[in-house]
Amino acid sequence: MSAPVIFDRSREEIEEEANGDVFDIEIGVSDPEKVGDGMNAYMAYRVTTKTSLSMFSKSEFSVKRRFSDFLGLHSKLASKYLHVGYIVPPAPEKSIVGMTKVKVGKEDSSSTEFVEKRRAALERYLQRTVKHPTLLQDPDLRQFLESSELPRAVNTQALSGAGILRMVNKAADAVNKMTIKMNESDAWFEEKQQQFENLDQQLRKLHASVEALVCHRKELSANTAAFAKSAAMLGNSEDHTALSRALSQLAEVEEKIDQLHQEQAFADFYMFSELLSDYIRLIAAVKGVFDHRMKCWQKWEDAQLTLLKKRETEAKMMVANKPDKIQQAKNEIREWEAKVQQGERDFEQISKTIRKEVGRFEKERVKDFKTVIIKYLESLVQTQQQLIKYWEAFLPEAKAIA
Amino acid sequence: MEGRQEAGKESKPSSVSVDLQGDSSLQVEISDAVSERDKVKFTVQTKMEFSVVRQHEEFIWLHDAYVENEEYAGLIIPPAPPRPDFEASREKLQKLGEGDSSITREEFAKMKQELEAEYLAIFKKTVAMHEVFLQRLAAHPTLRRDHNFFVFLEYGQDLSVRGKNRKELLGGFLRNIVKSADEALITSMSGLKEVDDFFEHERTFLLEYHTRIRDACLRADRVMHSHKCLADDFIPLSAALNSLGTQEVNQLKTSFLKLAELFERLRKLEGRVASDEDLKLSDMLRYYMRDSQAAKDLLYRRLRALADYENANKALDKARTRNREVRTAESHQQQCCQRFERLSDSAKQELMDFKSRRVSSFRKNLIELAELELKHAKASTLLLRNTLVALKGEP
Repeated sequence: MSAPVIFDRSREEIEEEANGDVFDIEIGVSDPEKVGDGMNAYMAYRVTTKTSLSMFSKSEFSVKRRFSDFLGLHSKLASKYLHVGYIVPPAPEKSIVGMTKVKVGKEDSSSTEFVEKRRAALERYLQRTVKHPTLLQDPDLRQFLESSELPRAVNTQALSGAGILRMVNKAADAVNKMTIKMNESDAWFEEKQQQFENLDQQLRKLHASVEALVCHRKELSANTAAFAKSAAMLGNSEDHTALSRALSQLAEVEEKIDQLHQEQAFADFYMFSELLSDYIRLIAAVKGVFDHRMKCWQKWEDAQLTLLKKRETEAKMMVANKPDKIQQAKNEIREWEAKVQQGERDFEQISKTIRKEVGRFEKERVKDFKTVIIKYLESLVQTQQQLIKYWEAFLPEAKAIA
Repeated sequence: MEGRQEAGKESKPSSVSVDLQGDSSLQVEISDAVSERDKVKFTVQTKMEFSVVRQHEEFIWLHDAYVENEEYAGLIIPPAPPRPDFEASREKLQKLGEGDSSITREEFAKMKQELEAEYLAIFKKTVAMHEVFLQRLAAHPTLRRDHNFFVFLEYGQDLSVRGKNRKELLGGFLRNIVKSADEALITSMSGLKEVDDFFEHERTFLLEYHTRIRDACLRADRVMHSHKCLADDFIPLSAALNSLGTQEVNQLKTSFLKLAELFERLRKLEGRVASDEDLKLSDMLRYYMRDSQAAKDLLYRRLRALADYENANKALDKARTRNREVRTAESHQQQCCQRFERLSDSAKQELMDFKSRRVSSFRKNLIELAELELKHAKASTLLLRNTLVALKGEP
């Protein structure tokens, strides 16, 4: 079951407003197809790119990719860009239970739902990744989108969304254990970190309440369907003709309303809930980037300390008058002076990159949320309008009972 | 928890339209009600200016007195009102009081308000159920003249109807078993042939109808409950959006705050949808489930009378062949015949009244249900559209 067309949000033009550039590239993930049998089976997805950008040889092309290919792409991008301050969008979560059901061949609604959830998540992941001007230039990304054959990604354990979270938590622990507090010369970073921390908490709370909403709406749908059936049965029993007919009509209305609830629950989930969980994982990536900056600072700091020690050693050697040791010390000092300089450059670079990235991220976040909120409210309006239609059709039937 | 209900127009039940026949001077209403720790006290007021306080057990006593009265065997006895049950509601309020530190003060206040409204709704319903019971009695030309009814309405003191003790409860339970066994026996007795098509039809109809309406009622309850859960979900949702909005420093601030307000208003609308479905659908189905059971009971009593009549015939034949006690057998057979015919005549009328009552009540409630659903859907649409306009207009 694919998303109803009215609620489809992926076919949008993406504009980079700040630079005035028009990022004309659209990614679609579709047609999940099971390949193979048993526990070695996997799902293959069609990745279609539509673009007018000159860096691509064609304007429209598609390839087949499996889930581990996506993880492999993310792993490559993360290893290249995360530690220098770029917010690399996290890949969707792995799910052993969900995937096993699909492999084993359970053709039930829960495995179809799982595949659809994954398909949509993969699509959003790619859309976010290509929206990033730096990542878009990356050859690995282009190879992923264009090559008909892709080398099998191995070791995709490390950097799934959960993997990133683990990594961030480990880094955070390491930072906390450091007795040397980073001398934050720039209040901006401290402020932003706090902001993201708060945002993370709030989004998690909101996400939990939306999940409850989805759950109850599904329950409402199931209960409405059950009631519709019993209303139909009651209508059959009723021996007053006009009332019997009205009850049958009521049953029909309730059946249609059940459909409506299902569609709305779908919208609740794919628009609202998934947006929130995407951002919860994105913020984990942002936190990771801040922590990399801390590590970078620590490295610089350590280099400075080491340089100091080397200078002390040189002084000691001079006093002790050991000429060969003095030369060694001088060499080491030169080596560490270079490292200190590099450390400072790296730190300044990562700080600059992060500032730019956070600015871009926040802009995207505002756009994303606004777009989704509007689409979601429109879905709610649609549901109410349908309800009006159904009840307006029913009212004369009820009045016709004589 | 204390609750008070000043009756008046709002306590008039909308689930039953009562046709007053003939002398309409007997008007009964419940003008006041107080909910105490473990009982509800109803103030029953009669137009002729009698006012007494009665508890649920006394209503049951009155109902049972009618059921056990041979004179009314041919009538549908209005179903007894259900026992006031605040248990679930009380439990929920208690749980809320025990505290969940993760919710904000506003959330707590809203949840408390919701639960109090729920409690009040249950209270109003129980008053309405008790009132409908009395009003149907008052409207019935035969039942209204019952002596126990006047005692119930006029006798100032406590009727001293203690709750049923264990023996009586057990007795009631056994009586029901015997009744169903009897009914099954009677209907499958080869000798017992239903001569009247009308009653044959009614029997088949009522058996099926009662089962199905009970089903429909249960399921309608579940729908209502889901709606209520959905409405309650908007409380933490709105609170989370509010926190987000308060903390944001960019344009999303207004978006989140507007969304928070929207969901708070939608919550109230969704809550009304739930309670309207409850009143117009669930309660109506529940009432006619009980009323159809009362109609079934009437059919059973008539069948019993038919069986007695058949047995009396057989006894008469036997007496004639033996030429012993023919006169006694004759007069007994006469009695049974008259009783059976009396019951059949009045049952026929009662069942036709039941049908017209049912049809008019369903009509009224279904129309009101549809109108209310439309009203709420239109209000929701307006709210949503206004919010969309405000959000789209933002830079």
